[in-house]
Amino acid sequence: MNLDAKIPEGSLEQKWENFKKTAKLVNPANRKKLEVIVVGTGLAGSSIAASLAEMGYQVKAFCFQDSPRRAHSVAAQGGVNAAKNYKNDGDSVYRMFVDTLKGGDFRAREANVYRMAECSLNLIDQAVAQGVPFSREYGGYLNNRSFGGVQVSRTFYARGQTGQQLLLGAYQALMRQVGKGAVKLYSRHEMLDLVLVDGKARGIIVRNLDTGVLERHAGHAVILATGGYGKIYYLSTLAMGCNGSAIWRAHKKGALMASPSWIQIHPTSLPQSGDYQSKLTLMSESLRNDGRIWVPLNTGETRKPNDIPENERDYYLERRYPAFGNLAPRDISSRAAKERIDAGFGIGPLKNAVYLDFAKAIKEQGRAKIEEKYGNLFDMYRKITGFDAYEEPMMISPSAHFSMGGLWVDYELMTTVPGLFALGEANFADHGANRLGANSLLQASVDGYFIAPYTVANYLSGDIHTGKIDDQHPAFDKAQEAVEANLRKLLAIAGNKTVDYYHKTLGKILYDYCGLARNEAGLKGAIVEIRKLREDFYKNVKIPGDSITMNSELEKAGRVSDYLEIGELMCFDALSRNESCGAHFREEYQTAEGEAMRNDAEFQFISAWEWAGADADPVLHKEELTFEVLKPIVRSYK
Amino acid sequence: MKLNLKIWRQKDRESQGKLVDYVLEDLNPHMSFLEMLDTLNERLILTGDEPVEFDHDCREGICGQCGMMINGIAHGPLQNTTTCQLHLRSFTDNETIFIEPFRSQAFPIKRDLRVDRSAFDRIISSGGFVSTNTGQAPDAHALPVSHQVTEEAFDAAACIGCGACVATCKNSSAALFTSAKINHLVLLPQGKEERQERVIRMVEQMDAEEFGHCSNTEACEVECPQGISVLNIARMNYEYNRALTRRK
Repeated sequence: MNLDAKIPEGSLEQKWENFKKTAKLVNPANRKKLEVIVVGTGLAGSSIAASLAEMGYQVKAFCFQDSPRRAHSVAAQGGVNAAKNYKNDGDSVYRMFVDTLKGGDFRAREANVYRMAECSLNLIDQAVAQGVPFSREYGGYLNNRSFGGVQVSRTFYARGQTGQQLLLGAYQALMRQVGKGAVKLYSRHEMLDLVLVDGKARGIIVRNLDTGVLERHAGHAVILATGGYGKIYYLSTLAMGCNGSAIWRAHKKGALMASPSWIQIHPTSLPQSGDYQSKLTLMSESLRNDGRIWVPLNTGETRKPNDIPENERDYYLERRYPAFGNLAPRDISSRAAKERIDAGFGIGPLKNAVYLDFAKAIKEQGRAKIEEKYGNLFDMYRKITGFDAYEEPMMISPSAHFSMGGLWVDYELMTTVPGLFALGEANFADHGANRLGANSLLQASVDGYFIAPYTVANYLSGDIHTGKIDDQHPAFDKAQEAVEANLRKLLAIAGNKTVDYYHKTLGKILYDYCGLARNEAGLKGAIVEIRKLREDFYKNVKIPGDSITMNSELEKAGRVSDYLEIGELMCFDALSRNESCGAHFREEYQTAEGEAMRNDAEFQFISAWEWAGADADPVLHKEELTFEVLKPIVRSYK
Repeated sequence: MKLNLKIWRQKDRESQGKLVDYVLEDLNPHMSFLEMLDTLNERLILTGDEPVEFDHDCREGICGQCGMMINGIAHGPLQNTTTCQLHLRSFTDNETIFIEPFRSQAFPIKRDLRVDRSAFDRIISSGGFVSTNTGQAPDAHALPVSHQVTEEAFDAAACIGCGACVATCKNSSAALFTSAKINHLVLLPQGKEERQERVIRMVEQMDAEEFGHCSNTEACEVECPQGISVLNIARMNYEYNRALTRRK
């Protein structure tokens, strides 16, 4: 298969301009004849649905939550990056491009990364116009803070609720179009399959989660903005409903999955405290602006943190990475924490955490200032743990967070299935092997507001004579029958283990063998274990109720059945990449100091996997990466 | 610890519901309230019963999807806390806990503890936005907004749309929810252009959804997970009256 990324001609600075100049347009009279299906209503989904409706297309938007405003973009805390250089500290689009490409360990496309940095300027303008209350200085101008992996302050924020505020901006834009009748909204609907007619994406099969009824929806293009699948680890920072099912079912219909094993393990989440636990809450990376990370210098330390004197503490990030210190990128910070924890220096009842200490910042800046910056995070910490982080250090630990991998898309955000687009975290595009903090809100937003409106129109221009897509086409019958058969199959198993048992077991396998560190033997073993677990699932899972009423367990079972396949592909992906890059750390490929060893000679490519059937190994395709502007260098934060 | 639960079970919108007793033992006090319900459901599934349906998603207090009446209090005994951030350490050993759905004419029960809060979406779509299309925005620094105004706007914008204000109000009023959005937008220069139209349409939609009127008990502010102030309601009333007097 030839993977053509369709990068436009011209210098890096001209590529996106050149695309927009030559992209095909659809005239306003034709737009109302074209229907677009948008699955997911987070930042990417809401923004593309609103933008397309504003232009005059017929849009249907779907989400599994009970309101679009609940999509998991809402939970992003720290901020959104933009190269506005309002701080006059040397920032520029080019600098942001360099930081992002380097942060991703040179495993992303130059052209995509540059475009994201370029569009970041417009996003801040757009959000402010919508009424997003970004933090401001006393003079009335926007404030910025710094995030991991960069040396400038380019992160815009709304206290610790930036994702919520940006999402509400997009949600309100969407609801404005819903009110006008330009978008039809289907909340509590879950996509269960993609429908292809003559090789093109032409519709979806969804299940109404309140009634159990299956519905078919047809359109000229289908946009998946369904977020990430980090919840595959069970314990993660994601919402309980986050899943990979929409992209996985599209994958089985022909869309390639790129770099599925690149999943970011976030360094600052709350540690696990027991088996009953259902999620690990994230503490925003922004805390690392003022918090210092440390563990005791001695193993078996029993004193309370405040009783341990300065000279018996190991500020290991400041020690190992003096140039970036506590703001080293996420992959590096997480691995450094794991290194200390594994070596026996972990703290807390399960010895699985490290300290994040604000004593110095409170002493220097005063408690009121820290409260203003992070008040809601400290409150959240107190609610969950019962401890006061103004008085003693927080306990934090790494946790699965963001999937850099996702559906392979070209420069136009179209997958290998014509007419099927993937936006935001659902695609693999811009972050390479490691995402920088505050770039996820950015990518989701620019995909939806500024990129897809051009590229989707470019595709739809070929459909102005197609006419309405018929949802009675045999392809819809076939897809719906397959969905029904699958639901019947799951319900018929009637075994003796719950869906959560399988999800937790899978998560444990993946944390152990396809998490922060991987090796060949572990990954091979994990593939065998996952296959056994999947077999057991289809023999022994127990799902109560039926498919014709509300049934949360049935929903979960569908998602976990997909996870059991995605997990296997993640292991194949990690196994095939004999190098360490970003979040992918293969123990066999490290320096004497324990730093990642990339292999540009052999692995300077994107792995795009093709589904070959349930019982066959996946097929690898490669998209070679070329670097014309920024030559790959060893990523050092020392 | 041990808990005696009395949980509202109702098959669907039309069916009659009732409280059903469950006893859970050996619970860890650091478990969250929803994890306690997970534990119960795990047991119900394995013994062939139907698990309890409840709304939840992010489990970190921001998505606004969870919410139930716990001993008659929206989101339970802690102030400014969603159900997902409530932990068993807030209860005593062997305590009896009543768990019911949010109750309001405008929030029909779907099943067990799940309710339909789409009325909130319709209130927002009636006017809870700035009418700006993608691509129309001027530079973000074109209009300075003072620190204080931004902070006030944020305080109102922080609403998570959970519906605790409605559930706790004896009149099932959505005044806190609606006024929070009206104030978030009217405080900012970007939102001022449409202030008149917006407040009228949103208040009319709120009434059309059959939410009750506000009678100033201020119970909503007490239960609001984000601590949204009832002053927003006063300001909404001002905005509404201002709009009516200026309407041609």
